[in-house]
Amino acid sequence: MNNLIIGQYVPGESMVHQLDPRTKITVIFFYVIVIFFANSFFSYFILAAFAFISAMLTRIPAGYIIRGLKPVWLLIVFTFLLHLFVTKEGDVLFRIFSFYVYSGALIQGFAISLRFFLLILMTSLLTLTTTPIAITDAIEDMLGPLKKVRFPVHELALMMSISLRFIPTLMQETEKISKAQASRGVDFRTGPIKDRIKAIVPLLVPLFVSAFKRAEELAMAMEARGYKGGEGRTKFRELQLSSRDYALFISFVFVLLLFWWARA
Amino acid sequence: MEITFEHVSHIYQPNTPFAFHALKDLSFHIPSGSYTAIIGHTGSGKSTLIQHLNGLLIPTEGRVKVGDFQLEPGKKNKHMKDLRKHVGVVFQYPEHQLFEETVKKDLMFGPLNFGTAETTIEKRIPEILEAVQLPEEVLDRSPFDLSGGQMRRVAIAGILMMDPNVLVLDEPTAGLDPGGRREMMDMFYNLHKEKEMTTILVTHSMEDAMKYADYVLIMNEGRLYMEGQPEEVLIQKKKLEAVGLDVPEMVEFLSMFEEKFGTKIPFHGQNIKELASDMLRVMKWGKCDE
Amino acid sequence: MRELEQSFIQFDEVSFWYNHDEPWALKELSLTIKKNEFVAVIGHNGSGKSTIAKLMNGLLFPQKGEIFVDGLRLSEETVWDIRKKVGMVFQNPDNQFVGTTVEDDVAFGLENHGIPRKEMIERIEQSLKAVGMLDYRKHEPHRLSGGQKQRVAIAGVLAVAPDLIILDEATAMLDPKGRTEIMKTVQRIRKEKKVSILMITHDLHEVTFADRVIVMNRGQKLIEGTPKEVFQQHETLWEIGLDIPFVAKIAAELKQRGIPLNKQPLNNKELLEELWRLHSNM
Repeated sequence: MNNLIIGQYVPGESMVHQLDPRTKITVIFFYVIVIFFANSFFSYFILAAFAFISAMLTRIPAGYIIRGLKPVWLLIVFTFLLHLFVTKEGDVLFRIFSFYVYSGALIQGFAISLRFFLLILMTSLLTLTTTPIAITDAIEDMLGPLKKVRFPVHELALMMSISLRFIPTLMQETEKISKAQASRGVDFRTGPIKDRIKAIVPLLVPLFVSAFKRAEELAMAMEARGYKGGEGRTKFRELQLSSRDYALFISFVFVLLLFWWARA
Repeated sequence: MEITFEHVSHIYQPNTPFAFHALKDLSFHIPSGSYTAIIGHTGSGKSTLIQHLNGLLIPTEGRVKVGDFQLEPGKKNKHMKDLRKHVGVVFQYPEHQLFEETVKKDLMFGPLNFGTAETTIEKRIPEILEAVQLPEEVLDRSPFDLSGGQMRRVAIAGILMMDPNVLVLDEPTAGLDPGGRREMMDMFYNLHKEKEMTTILVTHSMEDAMKYADYVLIMNEGRLYMEGQPEEVLIQKKKLEAVGLDVPEMVEFLSMFEEKFGTKIPFHGQNIKELASDMLRVMKWGKCDE
Repeated sequence: MRELEQSFIQFDEVSFWYNHDEPWALKELSLTIKKNEFVAVIGHNGSGKSTIAKLMNGLLFPQKGEIFVDGLRLSEETVWDIRKKVGMVFQNPDNQFVGTTVEDDVAFGLENHGIPRKEMIERIEQSLKAVGMLDYRKHEPHRLSGGQKQRVAIAGVLAVAPDLIILDEATAMLDPKGRTEIMKTVQRIRKEKKVSILMITHDLHEVTFADRVIVMNRGQKLIEGTPKEVFQQHETLWEIGLDIPFVAKIAAELKQRGIPLNKQPLNNKELLEELWRLHSNM
């Protein structure tokens, strides 16, 4: 599963990397909605072209992206086949055993799979070019208005950023504990499933104990450093829209207009 | 059990951009029943090295021999569990591995995994508790209710319960105060003597290496930088300082003394009392020997 | 109250327990720390030394006695002002690193105190420079060594410009290299800034740089004085499970053998110089 790229960040200096995360989220949000309105060859073509150009602009090797989406290919092919055999529109093209394949099904299958593919491609472009912490900042900023209805936006964002900060630490910890228990004769890899599930207990208990201890100490350190909730706090991380972002917005609106015109 | 490394190399995540060469062409021999100290900076390969001793890692090149067990690249060792039973590893901050409801259960956990009969295990408990200087009352308590120092002793007892032939200690005194450190190091030394356990100590403390070990391995950037008896290796100030390591305080003092007084007091593993006598002799008669 | 004007921290017969059924963690402890003073507190694990630190910036409140920080009496009302004046570095380098990068972590304290962003950027740069970590500003914590993380923690405290920095066993989990890094950093800060330091440790090498040492045992002050004065009582230190520096041990042996050493040496050089003087006169 190591080569699955969804959710992975690839450091870079490309134009797409430097875009404001809010811009990327907004554009992708609308892209995802709009894609469901595509209904002609040309309208699909425009959206696909937009996605491919975006992917090229990230300067991430195409091979890396394609290989990374490998596990998703299966789903896409499955979607295609499902539509191929279920949809009964248009003329019958050919027959496999007792299944009739219609021309409409072929088109439908292609369209839905393409939709699915573009969806995943665009969303992975976000995570490929944006650090998790930048996404968190963007979410905090975009949810800002909800503070008025007492939604704990700041706390939520802090929680997310602390989780991100501690993921590598806890991964290291997991490895250390599993090695210590393996040295005491625990076998995580072989044996019947029942035994392997039991083997997780000596790993999980120490991990939880340590996570709680860390949380306690972290809370104390945060308090010692003057943390008392979101009120009266200033922010170091700042999101600022640049001309690059406006350029993307304008071109995206242009793409949308073109898309609307191209719809059947 | 004797331990031999033959041209051992270890690469983490080979054939990826993240490949990291942690051990490079490492060869050495540790005789059975000896006490060996491994010294080196963080990142010098010490921790990779000790993981080869009980098969947590397999060399990517070369061969590791522990008693009759052999670890070689690409070969699955069916007797891994046997090897782990014979080689007890006390990792850094071993108290982090405690998990059972009671101390007794945690002590029994290791040997049960290795298939030792429950009655045999129960017989071992009093002896092991005595060795780690814990009272029998702790047996029914939760390990998490004990003090930090006691938790560490329970964790160490849990390894000793496996009745290993080789005991590997990875900075076992980290985080303890000086008193606790002394007690624990003496405890390991006694175990080593009484049970004739082959002991391997990973440490930053030149003093401990000098005091307890009969052989030292100095690691630097994944390679064996120096090896030999502590009295030979740990006095080579220039060579050790070249890789950012200090000499023991005694050696440092003797070298400063020689600079000031122009007379050399040879280092022969003397203690502080003997050193004071040596110094008096030099100050009175200008030379060290009577 | 006159005394308060000179001392930055004052403990008046402070007692504290964690649990009713446990013995006092601190018992009627009185102490002061002056402005710009470097005080070291030593003691074995459980001697109450870390409790002192946590009382000083209101992470704990005493059951008896009073604590004054810069003339303010510690209470629920003053605690936030006090935390601005007293910064703290803890033992575990990982469990006090809040930010996802070095500069984010240094910013955390500044954000809490509502420092405007423009000033924040300046202060982050200055304090990272002061601990020699400016080149690492974009680094993530898991790519740093323990010593480097602790230096970032010190930078985070420095940025808020406190009057007192407490290092609560900040070197206990570090390797020798990390320890040296931290001690060098502390000495540099002492030179460059007007700030008091309270160093809590059980490593007696680290106290040689202090102006004053307080030895704690069972929640009480056992010895107080300059490092030299404290090292002279090596037998007491040994008994309560502490170790004394090598040079103090040698000096004690020599004295026992009739060498008339006048001063308690703090390092090898001092001892050898005095011996050389005595030797020339022999």
